[in-house]
Amino acid sequence: MTLIASSIGRKLAMALSGLFLVVFLTQHFFINLTSVFSESLFNEISHFMGNNPLVQMILQPILILGVLFHFTMGFVLELQNAKSRVVKYKSYKGSANAPWVSRNMILSGIVILSFLGLHLYDFWFPEMNYKYIESLPLDPDRYFGELVHKFESQVRVILYVLSFVFLALHLYHGFASSFQTMGLNNKYSKAIKSFTVAFSFLIPAGFIAIALFHHITTF
Amino acid sequence: MNLTLKVWRQANADAKGNLETYQIKEVSPDMSFLEMMDVLNEELIEKGIDPVAFDHDCREGICGMCSMFINGEAHGPDRLVTTCQLHMRKFKDGDTITIEPFRAKAFPVIKDLTVDRSSFDRIQQAGGFVSVNTSGNTQDANAIPIEKHNADKAFDAAACIGCGACVATCKNASAMLFVSAKVSQYALLPQGRVEATDRVLNMVNQMDEEGFGNCTNTGACEVECPKGISLENIARMNREYLYASLKG
Amino acid sequence: MALDSKIPKGPIADKWTKHKSNINLVSPANKRLIDVIVVGTGLAGASASATLAELGYNVKTFCFQDSPRRAHSIAAQGGINAAKNYQGDGDSTYRLFYDTIKGGDYRSREANVHRLAEVSTNIIDQCVAQGVPFARDYGGLLDNRSFGGVLVSRTFYAKGQTGQQLLLGAYSAMNRQIGRGKIKMYNRHEMMELVVVDGKARGIIARNLVNGKLERHSAHAVVIASGGYGNVFFLSTNAMGSNVSAAWKIHKKGAHFANPCFTQIHPTCIPVSGDHQSKLTLMSESLRNDGRIWVPKNLEDVKAIREGKLKPTELSEEQRDYYLERRYPAFGNLVPRDVASRAAKERCDEGYGVNKTGEAVYLDFAASIIRYGKEQAHVKGLDENDAVLVKKLGQDVIRAKYGNLFQMYEKIVDQNPYETPMMIYPAVHYTMGGVWVDYNLMTSIPGCYAIGEANFSDHGANRLGASALMQGLADGYFVLPYTIGDYLADDIRTGTIDTNLPEFEKAEAAVKAQMDAFVNNNGTHTVDYYHRKLGKIMWDKCGMSRNSKGLNEAIVEIKALREDFYKNVKVPGTTSEFNPELAKAARVADFLELGELFAKDALERNESCGGHFREESQTPEGEALRDDKNFTFVSAWEYQGEPAKAKLHKEQLNYEEIEVKTRSYK
Repeated sequence: MTLIASSIGRKLAMALSGLFLVVFLTQHFFINLTSVFSESLFNEISHFMGNNPLVQMILQPILILGVLFHFTMGFVLELQNAKSRVVKYKSYKGSANAPWVSRNMILSGIVILSFLGLHLYDFWFPEMNYKYIESLPLDPDRYFGELVHKFESQVRVILYVLSFVFLALHLYHGFASSFQTMGLNNKYSKAIKSFTVAFSFLIPAGFIAIALFHHITTF
Repeated sequence: MNLTLKVWRQANADAKGNLETYQIKEVSPDMSFLEMMDVLNEELIEKGIDPVAFDHDCREGICGMCSMFINGEAHGPDRLVTTCQLHMRKFKDGDTITIEPFRAKAFPVIKDLTVDRSSFDRIQQAGGFVSVNTSGNTQDANAIPIEKHNADKAFDAAACIGCGACVATCKNASAMLFVSAKVSQYALLPQGRVEATDRVLNMVNQMDEEGFGNCTNTGACEVECPKGISLENIARMNREYLYASLKG
Repeated sequence: MALDSKIPKGPIADKWTKHKSNINLVSPANKRLIDVIVVGTGLAGASASATLAELGYNVKTFCFQDSPRRAHSIAAQGGINAAKNYQGDGDSTYRLFYDTIKGGDYRSREANVHRLAEVSTNIIDQCVAQGVPFARDYGGLLDNRSFGGVLVSRTFYAKGQTGQQLLLGAYSAMNRQIGRGKIKMYNRHEMMELVVVDGKARGIIARNLVNGKLERHSAHAVVIASGGYGNVFFLSTNAMGSNVSAAWKIHKKGAHFANPCFTQIHPTCIPVSGDHQSKLTLMSESLRNDGRIWVPKNLEDVKAIREGKLKPTELSEEQRDYYLERRYPAFGNLVPRDVASRAAKERCDEGYGVNKTGEAVYLDFAASIIRYGKEQAHVKGLDENDAVLVKKLGQDVIRAKYGNLFQMYEKIVDQNPYETPMMIYPAVHYTMGGVWVDYNLMTSIPGCYAIGEANFSDHGANRLGASALMQGLADGYFVLPYTIGDYLADDIRTGTIDTNLPEFEKAEAAVKAQMDAFVNNNGTHTVDYYHRKLGKIMWDKCGMSRNSKGLNEAIVEIKALREDFYKNVKVPGTTSEFNPELAKAARVADFLELGELFAKDALERNESCGGHFREESQTPEGEALRDDKNFTFVSAWEYQGEPAKAKLHKEQLNYEEIEVKTRSYK
């Protein structure tokens, strides 16, 4: 109990929930990626994910909790940190000693959160509505069409791209940093940092590329 | 060279402070920053203005008493130095220099640029020691060999001078670098290992109670630390704390 | 009052052990009834506080800094001596004892110094147990280095910050006791006056520097551990706040002040850069292990260097004068501090100084860099004749040994000492003189003790390198906590001392009057103006070389300056706020009195010994000439209303173990 009440415990919770979200993000990416190569494979996986009871009843709630926890704790810590310096500096040169991304996790976090809202509005709410509220008949082939449909709007694609840029920034600091929080800072840290750089670029860039691919190919 | 100084003036802990502007002339580039402040104060006293109160003592970068936030950075623009070792050759003729106290809720201002850092003392009183009787009836100093690598790392952590630049510079006013340096020094030595569990729990607990912020791994503390204390220490403390919490 | 040094009888090696067994003790239950005040939190004060609290006394500790960890012991760089003989190079308690007596130029007490050497090994054990990260070798055992004035390697070190590591050790021991509630710590408090009740030290008046309030604190004994008075010279390697006030206040209340003129001028400090200079920075003596000291042989080269036309690295070996190696072939660059300092002054006085002010000599690492580089190349099987490689390897070795010192030098002087020789000049560093104490470290006021640099006891007329840390911790951890019990044993039934006694009232009123007088003075000159002037008189007339004419002038000038100070000093602000200028004024007032006694003592001692060099007393070659027949004594001055009237008491020094010889490092 003392662990979660302490500053280090809370940081650790942020790190672990963040890493969990990274895992989710990775699998989400690979599912999306299939949409570029094979409509049927994408539909098949989506159907599985959308209807498998294990995924829907166990993994999905865990994911929701993970997301809720990560951003709620993020806000709580941010507010607490703001209180630790009551009188602010008149002149504060944060850029002199720390990268912008590390100092603005809350900002990139808020952008990602807003995007998550849009994303839920686009996919998850209709999905929930389809399956559980209106209980429409199963249609294993509908997913690809829905996906492509969403990427027709230019505004949506621009928002999508911007959000993933912020996600890249968030990952760039957060991923490697979570290992520091878990107490890992040794000769492997350089490799973790390199992996973070590659990961935080490639995954968001991949999501963006998929979106652009569908946006362009629908015309 | 001639400079414009914007200095934080605050009569006491409860007063509301503000930046006052002073002109200072004929500053030699060989002066240390504090010697420049001495000149300013002599001028102020002669004009009948209350001199600027600032902490300083050894003026050779080891006591950790000087604590100015200069142009947005703890101990100013130079690296691996304290304010007293910062020299005016780092500035140019005509520069405007903003000087503020180290700010944090846990470092309340006493007057002008002087702050109260006794929170650091209290953190160490909570566990920053080895519980050994000081009577000298201990075993021979060479009884336990210590791997040179660990001894060197313990020394690097122990090089912390407790100035508070890490707190001052951290956007969250977190004291993790300071506390982790103390925890690491003892954790790396066999003499300190014995109490490692209680020590890290007690010290982190006290740190939280003092109202310091949380670490968000920006790394600013490591950059601004006049003694180059490494972030490795924070990771070590995280590790120690996690282990200690689980062990209970 | 006659001086009684209370040295125990018997053979020197048994004195301390026997004494410890014979003195009175206070039972653990009774220690709880006894309060002790400790003023100062350097090595001596912090270690004494910790041990006294550990033993069970109620300790109240005071420091003027914002944290006890900042006391100036923190700045000691080089190391701490101990007769461990880990290197097997023939060291022993006796040899450390002998070296210290000889290094002190036969002006210290044999019994005290022997005790110091005895407990020295304990210090290292204690510090290691506390987690002090001393330097170690690859086998995991403690490493040693060699220091000036000795022929063995007995110095333990922690890179260039041994003082900080030892102080943090003592501070951590204190923290443990603060956490247990056995020490009550008063940060940002300055001792303003000693309170004497019925002839015994019973408390102090302290000033809370944050709000200016005067506080009364009572105790059954008062321990002064407030360090040395080097700042009487204004420029010194002491911290800005280092002061004589606590020691001077007890002197004025009856404690004799011993050998005030014994000052150590450290040979390797960074030279003065201009009038704005506020303090001087030491470069550890350990640098002399690997650095060679020289000036150019020819005055034309000196001139060219000063004008910037010639670089020191361009001078060939034949054009250089390694004057220490020339004059003192046996010890070379590792002669004791006083000898090295005077030799530098001699060269600079002759016009060979190498910077603009003519007050600097070179400390050159080029030879060591090449030597180490070749060694490393050999070890690694690389080409020993590759000059670039050898230089790089050599610089790496030097960096590992002295990296932080080199960095500090570069930050201050803006020159790279790996490429060009360092410039150094002597500066005031340590004061061997101090409050007179007996073997128990008690001053001439019953119940008032002085430990560490604040007392006079162990270093005679010159202190050897790495011995100050040793003495501070020896006094604090292992000597005072035993000896104080002998006195306190009579106090177990006294009960808490009442702070409403008239003595407290009177002392507080006197302090208040002085503080009020300062802020109401409305003068014209700042405190620093007077401090600088005092410093100049001291440096010019009571510095590295003294003569009766200069000293007589100094006495008159200091007195006049003091009178002017009281008339014309300007102290801004009020007494009831955080007012650093007011604190400074009170300290400078005491320096202005001490300075006069200092000059008087130097005048009285018409011989050259250790750091005290009288021009009237030298050999034809210009070496110091001691006068054992007339001056083998400690000068203990008793205050009689003003410094000029101080009465001299002589404590004769008897050398039973060591034959008094002319000190030679040739």
